[in-house]
Amino acid sequence: MSLALLIEQLLNGLQLGVMLFLMAAGLTLIFGVMGLINLAHGSLYMVGAFACAIVAAATGSFWIGLAASLVAAAAAGAIVEVTVIRRLYDRDHLDQVLATFALILVFSEGTRWVFGSFPLYLDIPPLLQGAVPLPGGGQYQLYRLAIIGVGIAVAIGLYLLISRTRLGMRIRAGESDREMIAALGVDIKTLYTVVFALGAALAGLAGALVGALQSVQVGMGEPVLILAFVVIVIGGIGSIKGALFGAILVGVVDTMGRVLLPQALSLMLPPSQAGLVGGALASMLIYIVMALILAFRPSGLFGAQS
Amino acid sequence: MAEPVLTIRELEKSFGALKATDGVSIDLMPGEIHALIGPNGAGKSTLIHQVSGSIKPDRGTIHFLGQDMAGLDVAARARFGLARSFQTSSLAQEFSALRNVMLAVQAKQGSSLRVFRPVMRDRSLIEPALAILERVGLAGRAHVPAAELSHGERRQLEIAIALALEPKAFLLDEPMAGMGPEGSKVLTGFLDDLRHEAPILLVEHDMDAVFALADRISVLVYGRIIASGTVEEIRNDPEVRRAYLGDAA
Amino acid sequence: MKATGAREIIANATIALLLLAVPLAASAMGEPFYVTLATRITILALAAAGLNIALGLGGLVSFGHAAFFGLGGYAAGIMAAHAFNAEPFFLGLDSTTSMPVIWLVAIVTCGLVALPIGAISLRTSGVYFIMITLAFAQMIYYFANSWPAYGGQDGLPIFIRNTFPGVNTAQPLPFFLLCYAALLLALLMFWSLRNSRFGAALQAARQNSVRVSAVGIAPFNVRLVAFVISAMVTGLAGALFADLNRFVSPSMLSWHMSGELIVLIVLGGIGRLFGPVAGAMLFVLLEHFLGGVTERWQLFLGLILLGVVLFARGGLLGMIAGKARHG
Repeated sequence: MSLALLIEQLLNGLQLGVMLFLMAAGLTLIFGVMGLINLAHGSLYMVGAFACAIVAAATGSFWIGLAASLVAAAAAGAIVEVTVIRRLYDRDHLDQVLATFALILVFSEGTRWVFGSFPLYLDIPPLLQGAVPLPGGGQYQLYRLAIIGVGIAVAIGLYLLISRTRLGMRIRAGESDREMIAALGVDIKTLYTVVFALGAALAGLAGALVGALQSVQVGMGEPVLILAFVVIVIGGIGSIKGALFGAILVGVVDTMGRVLLPQALSLMLPPSQAGLVGGALASMLIYIVMALILAFRPSGLFGAQS
Repeated sequence: MAEPVLTIRELEKSFGALKATDGVSIDLMPGEIHALIGPNGAGKSTLIHQVSGSIKPDRGTIHFLGQDMAGLDVAARARFGLARSFQTSSLAQEFSALRNVMLAVQAKQGSSLRVFRPVMRDRSLIEPALAILERVGLAGRAHVPAAELSHGERRQLEIAIALALEPKAFLLDEPMAGMGPEGSKVLTGFLDDLRHEAPILLVEHDMDAVFALADRISVLVYGRIIASGTVEEIRNDPEVRRAYLGDAA
Repeated sequence: MKATGAREIIANATIALLLLAVPLAASAMGEPFYVTLATRITILALAAAGLNIALGLGGLVSFGHAAFFGLGGYAAGIMAAHAFNAEPFFLGLDSTTSMPVIWLVAIVTCGLVALPIGAISLRTSGVYFIMITLAFAQMIYYFANSWPAYGGQDGLPIFIRNTFPGVNTAQPLPFFLLCYAALLLALLMFWSLRNSRFGAALQAARQNSVRVSAVGIAPFNVRLVAFVISAMVTGLAGALFADLNRFVSPSMLSWHMSGELIVLIVLGGIGRLFGPVAGAMLFVLLEHFLGGVTERWQLFLGLILLGVVLFARGGLLGMIAGKARHG
C-alpha cells in the first residue's frame, strides 16, 4: 500500500473520529452531569442535518444553514429536556433507555411525516470545495480537513469552557455533587437545560457537517449514535478526555481496519477469502476492541474505577 | 490458651495519601466480644470492609479459622462463616422480612441453583427463618416488605440474617446506629448472649453498650490501633483519654 | 394484597385464553391472516419471556437480546438451506428440516454464545452493561451483514417451512399451536424459576447485590445462569420467527429488535409472568390497527411508550392488577 493511501485513510479515520467526538462529547457530558443515558442523541444529529439542508437550500448559503443547524438542534434539545428528559433524571437506566428510544420513534416518524422519505442533499460550500495535495502524492478533500479542524476547535473550546468559565465550574460541580451546587444557589434546572442544549447543538453541528458528505435522511443518526456509545464506553462514561481519545481510537481503528485487515489476511489466505474474512472482521473490529477494553477495564479507559 | 478465630496482622490500606489502615493487628478469640472504637474517620469501616472482603488490603494478612482469606471474595468469606451486618441497612427491599431471612437460610444450605421447588412451600427454608425472626422479635412482622419496616426493625432484621448464616464469627458494623435507648438496651442484652454462639467483632459508637458488652476493646485513631485491652484498661489509658475520650487531663 | 394477586391471575387466564381462542375462531371462519397475527404475538411474547428472565427477574438490562433472537433465526434458516440443497451441515452431518432438532440447535447455540457474552458483560454494570450487550449484538449483526454465504444483508429465505413430526406446519393453525405450546412451556419455566431458590437469589441480587454476596451467594454466578437461560429461550423464539416468516435477515439481529423486546416487556408489565404476552399483544395490535390507519404508526407507538414509561410504570398488567408483590 502506498504512503499516500495510508495517509488518506488515516485522515479519513481522523475525520470520522472527530465527528464521533462531537456526538460523544454531548452524550458523555449529559451522562456525567445529569446521569442520563440519551438514545435520542442521534435524532438531534438528524435535526441538525435537516435544518442545515433546508435552510441552505432556501437561502443558498451553507453557512446560514450551519448556523441554523446549531440553533435548531439546541432548541429541539431544550424543548425535549423541558418536556420529557427532566422527568427521567431520577429514574433508572431502563426507564431512560425506553423513554429516549420512544423519542427516537417520535423524531424519526415525525421527520418522515414532514419531509418525506426521500433524502435531501447538501452541497459542500464553494469555499471548501477542492482538494489539497498529500505528501507522497495523492490529494485530500479540503472539506474533510475542515471537519477535522472544526473538531479540534470544539475540543479546545470545550476544554476552555469547562476549565475556565463560570458555566464550566458549575458543570464540574454538578458532576461531583448535585446537592452542593443547588446549595450554592445555582438554578440546577436551568443548568441542566443548558447542558442538554449544548450537547444537542454539538450533535446538530456534527449532523450538518456530515450532511454535506452523505445524504440527509431519516435514520441517519442511528449508526452514528451507536458508534458514539461505543466511544464513550471505551473512554469511560462522563469523561470528555475519554470521549476524545475513544472517538479518535474508534475512527482510526474502524477506517484502518477496513483497509488493512483484508490486506493483512491476504498474506495467509487466498485473495477472495481474505477479502471476505477481512471485511467481516473489519465490520466487527471496534466492537471487539470495546469488548476487550471493558473485559479488562469495566469502567472504560478514563472512567472512575469503582 | 485457645486459638484465635480471626487473626488480622499488619493490615495496611491507603487511599491516595490517606492511610486508612496503618499496620492494624487484631485477634478475635472464641466466645468474646471485641469492640473496635474510634472517632469518625478513624478507619473502622474500612477495616470491616477488608475483613469481609469488599476492599482489598495493600499489605498484611487476615486469617479466619486458620485459613488465609486473601483471594476470597465477599461471598466466599461469608460461606466460610464470616457474617457481617451493615452500618446502614442493606436488605432486599421488595422481599418480606421472612424472605430476606430465607435467602440467608438457603445460602447456608448452599442450594441457590435449584430451579424447581417454590420457596414459599419449602418448609426447610420457612421454618428455620421463622424461628430466627421469632428469636429477634420480628415474627409478627414476617410478611412485611423490608422497605416498609421501621428503622429499628431493619436493624433487627440485619441481625436475623446474620444469625441465619450460623456463622463462626460476626462482624457487626454499628448495630445500634439510629436505635432509641430502649432498642439499644434490648439489643445489648441480645448481643450479650450471642457471643456464646460465635465471637463478635463489634464496631460501635454507643459507649454504654461497648463498655457493657466488650471483653476487649481496641481503639483506632487515624488508621492505627493506639490501645488495646480490657474495658478497665481502656478507660484508664491516658493516651485514649487524650486522643479520643476528649479528656483534658 | 390478596385481591391484586387474584386479579392478576384472572388477567393472565383471560390473556392466555384469548390468545388461544381468537386463532381457533379465525381458523374456523377461514381467516388465516388472524392466525398468523396471533402466531406473531405468540413468538414475540416467547422472545420477550426469555428476556424477562434476565431483565424482569435479574434486573439485567440486556440491550442485545436481538443477538439471540437472530441467532435462533439463522439456525433455522441455515439448517433449512442446507437440507434444501442436500448439503451436509456440520462436521459432515446431514442437515434436517425437523423442528425439534432445529430448536435444539438454536437453543444450544444461543446458550454457548451467551456464556462468554454474559461472562464478559456481567463484569460491568449499569450503563456499561447496557452498552456492552448492545456492542456484542452489533458485532453479530455486522457479521451477518457482511458474510455472504448465508445471504449477507439480503437475508436468507426458507423455501418450505420446517417440519414437526405428526404436525402439518405448513398450515397456519397447527404451526400456531406449536408456538403456543412453546410459549406456555416457557411461561411455566419462568414461573418455576421465579418461585425457586434460584429465582429468590436472582431477584434479591436485583434488589441488593451487596446483601446477596454478604450471605454467601455470588451474584455473578446466579446472573450468568439467568442470562444464559434467558438467551436460550429468546433463541428458540428466533427459530420459530424465521419459520413464521420463512425468511431470516440481519434485521432480526438489529438493535431496534433488542429495543422492541424491552419495549414489549415494559408495555406489558416488567417481571410479571404474563407481562411479555400482554406487551406483545398490545404491540402487534397497535402495529396492525394503527398501521392500518396511518403509515406513521411508530410515531404513536413512541408517544404511547413515552406515556407508559413516564406515567404507568407497571405497564398494562400493572394497570389491571396493581403493584407486583413478593410473598
